[in-house]
Amino acid sequence: MSPHLKTISELRSFRENLKRSRDPRSPCITVCSGTGCQACGALEVLEAFREKIREMGVNQEIEIRATGCHGFCERGPLVVIRPQKICYMNVSPEDVSEILHQVAKGGGVIERLLYQDPMTKQRILYEEEIPFYKFQRRIVFGSNGEIDPTNIDDYIGIGGYQALEKVLSTMTPEEVIQTIKASGLRGRGGGGFPTGIKWEACRRAKGREKFIICNADEGDPGAYMDRSLLEGNPHSVIEGMLIGAYAIGSEEGYVYVRNEYPLAVSNLSCAIDQARAYGLLGRNILSSGLNFQIKINRGGGAFVCGESTALMASLEGRVGEPRAKYIHTVEQGLWNQPSNLNNVETWANIPLIINRGVEWYSSIGTEGSKGTKIFSLVGKINHTGLVEVPMGMTLRQIIFDIGGGIPKNKRFKAVQTGGPSGGCLPEALLDLPVDFDRLQEAGSMMGSGGMIVMDEDNCMVDMARYFVQFLEEESCGKCTPCREGLYQMGRILNRICRGEGREGDIELLEDLSLVMLESSLCGLGLTAPNPVLSTLRYFRDEYEAHIQERRCPAKFCRELISFSIHPEKCTGCGACAKVCPAQAITGERKKVHLLESQKCVKCRACFEACKFDAVIIS
Amino acid sequence: MLTDLGTVNEILEKHGYQRASLIGILQDIQSRMNYLPRKALLHLSRCLDIPLAEIYEVATFYKAFHLEPKGRHTIQVCLGTACHVRGSRRILSYLESLLEVKAGGTTKDLSFSLETVNCLGACALGPLLVIDRKYYGKMSTNRMEEILKKYR
Ligand SMILES: Cc1cc2nc3c(=O)[nH]c(=O)nc-3n(C[C@H](O)[C@H](O)[C@H](O)COP(=O)(O)O)c2cc1C
Ligand code: FES
Repeated sequence: MSPHLKTISELRSFRENLKRSRDPRSPCITVCSGTGCQACGALEVLEAFREKIREMGVNQEIEIRATGCHGFCERGPLVVIRPQKICYMNVSPEDVSEILHQVAKGGGVIERLLYQDPMTKQRILYEEEIPFYKFQRRIVFGSNGEIDPTNIDDYIGIGGYQALEKVLSTMTPEEVIQTIKASGLRGRGGGGFPTGIKWEACRRAKGREKFIICNADEGDPGAYMDRSLLEGNPHSVIEGMLIGAYAIGSEEGYVYVRNEYPLAVSNLSCAIDQARAYGLLGRNILSSGLNFQIKINRGGGAFVCGESTALMASLEGRVGEPRAKYIHTVEQGLWNQPSNLNNVETWANIPLIINRGVEWYSSIGTEGSKGTKIFSLVGKINHTGLVEVPMGMTLRQIIFDIGGGIPKNKRFKAVQTGGPSGGCLPEALLDLPVDFDRLQEAGSMMGSGGMIVMDEDNCMVDMARYFVQFLEEESCGKCTPCREGLYQMGRILNRICRGEGREGDIELLEDLSLVMLESSLCGLGLTAPNPVLSTLRYFRDEYEAHIQERRCPAKFCRELISFSIHPEKCTGCGACAKVCPAQAITGERKKVHLLESQKCVKCRACFEACKFDAVIIS
Repeated sequence: MLTDLGTVNEILEKHGYQRASLIGILQDIQSRMNYLPRKALLHLSRCLDIPLAEIYEVATFYKAFHLEPKGRHTIQVCLGTACHVRGSRRILSYLESLLEVKAGGTTKDLSFSLETVNCLGACALGPLLVIDRKYYGKMSTNRMEEILKKYR
């Protein structure tokens, strides 16, 4: 069935026909099938819908569509009834026939599946009225919930490849670059480098051929927006790359995808195949003279491969070690040819800028950071998920208005942004507007957009140790400051967490940090001290409590805590004894239980199991 | 072993005997053979004319590759940041003591391989445990035994 589109006007009329044949008022049920919802059983729900539709027979006109991630992963599987956009959450296969009957009747809602406001207990009907969505501005991520990523017609039907059309028919490569420059778009992969300037440098560079690369390595542990974009809207990335290819003058593109993202790889390959079949990739695309093809490379599970030179080494089939950047990769990158690397989200912004124009785009955001940013709001937060907000929104708005605050009435303690290169920001900075420059001033980073919320139970020294050990493991070992510096920092942080910290350890950490900041080879080592320095800056007292008083204020560090059972609170229900893996808890039913501290392995199972707060950590 | 090398040849064919595809070739070998047997690597070295040491360099640099046979089931504990702040370290040490194997190892009876990963992109469900691609979200130590029972 797939048409091979030979000219721009053929693409245009194909889109018009698609739009005409699709009635936006006809009922359509979308089931989120991103990784998050799949993990909660979305595929079973989808299957149940398809089966029930088949059984009902008559109701063939209800379309069931599997879409990409809607962002509100906490409440998956998510189902949206269109065109009204009624949003159902935590849907299970048992709910399916009830939903179908309502839709077939053309009305009615199922109260229990709606979002409930935790304060007012009110149920909310529509997606866009739920606080989680209401305060977002989903210009890049919004289409995810509407389209089936494995069907190119869905993308074309909502105006897909229109930006490519515009570029090919009305703009010169220089004009495209000027537009991207004027939009103020900065790279979403971490560094925040102005995209237009990078493109221009790559266009000017001399080489046999030029390469366009999409960085989908997404190494930040705790960020997953790139995965969701590739899974949910792969054509927006392909279209961005096509426009880049035209502007820069490249015929070959690569997408370097993380190994842990099988669904992203399969949806992207499917999208590339379809684009090729439609004539949107290949030779002489839409008779414009543009040749472009895209290959997918899977990473091997190494964080450092997100770094530009390491990534290119890995693409060449070698060990992913970075090199010094006396010569930039835009001059000499992959196979020593000019190469332009951008992040997934950066590419997905391109069609938007072309379609809606510079003026519109640069009206969103702050002085130095234009547009929106997708954050993955995770950790100790009520509404976990992916949120897209205009640059400049405050941390407080993101965490409390959108994220719904901290669960179990705990107290907010810190938010970590920027992944392993970023830092922890305290409560006092909640009103900080989030953009590239403000985060940097505060000692953190935008990074790829991870936002990990921590409450009073999280220990900041442990957090620093976590990132240092992560980076120690991921350091490629090529340069000494990074390899040895991280090893030593890890040792020091370990002993502090164990209660064996010494006077002078804090100063030693600061010294080591300075050396690494000055002399590491690549971005990994250059930013590795950030988690340590930022926690030292804002939570120095916690370090001091560990060292001087051998105490972990958050009651987190294993070696510094012990468990016991409060005799007055214990009801003798036996729940704790049942879950204890070490048989450290004894006691008869309905009698006060006893915890033998010598046997205790401090796994917290009893603490989590007790409903009466009788397990005490001291 | 003959048939195994046949598999390797097939994979080489698919990648057009390209040196640049080394990582992809190793990935394919591993997904077909469950790990990277030395014989297969020797064969690769000859066919692609790459020194064996260089192949080992790549195979040991990337975390995704295994040089030892893996267990029948693979348990992955996510240690990404989001899962970490929700206590995934404790889940890991509990599993280590339950299975009597350290992270990265395989149980003696070859039934389980215990691995750690950094973020599987389902942070909303943290702490997250994945057994043979099936996700178990919101893990706690007291649910573990029951889940493992299904795989024993
Ligand atoms: C250690 C390290 C890891 C990185 N990991 C990633 C990553 O996972 N994804 C990404 O897009 N950029 C990553 N970067 C940034 C890239 O080097 C590069 O700046 C970026 O991909 C450029 O694209 P952008 O300008 O669109 O942001 C990493 C950098 C360093 C130093
Ligand atoms: S941190 Fe575990 S899935 Fe993201």
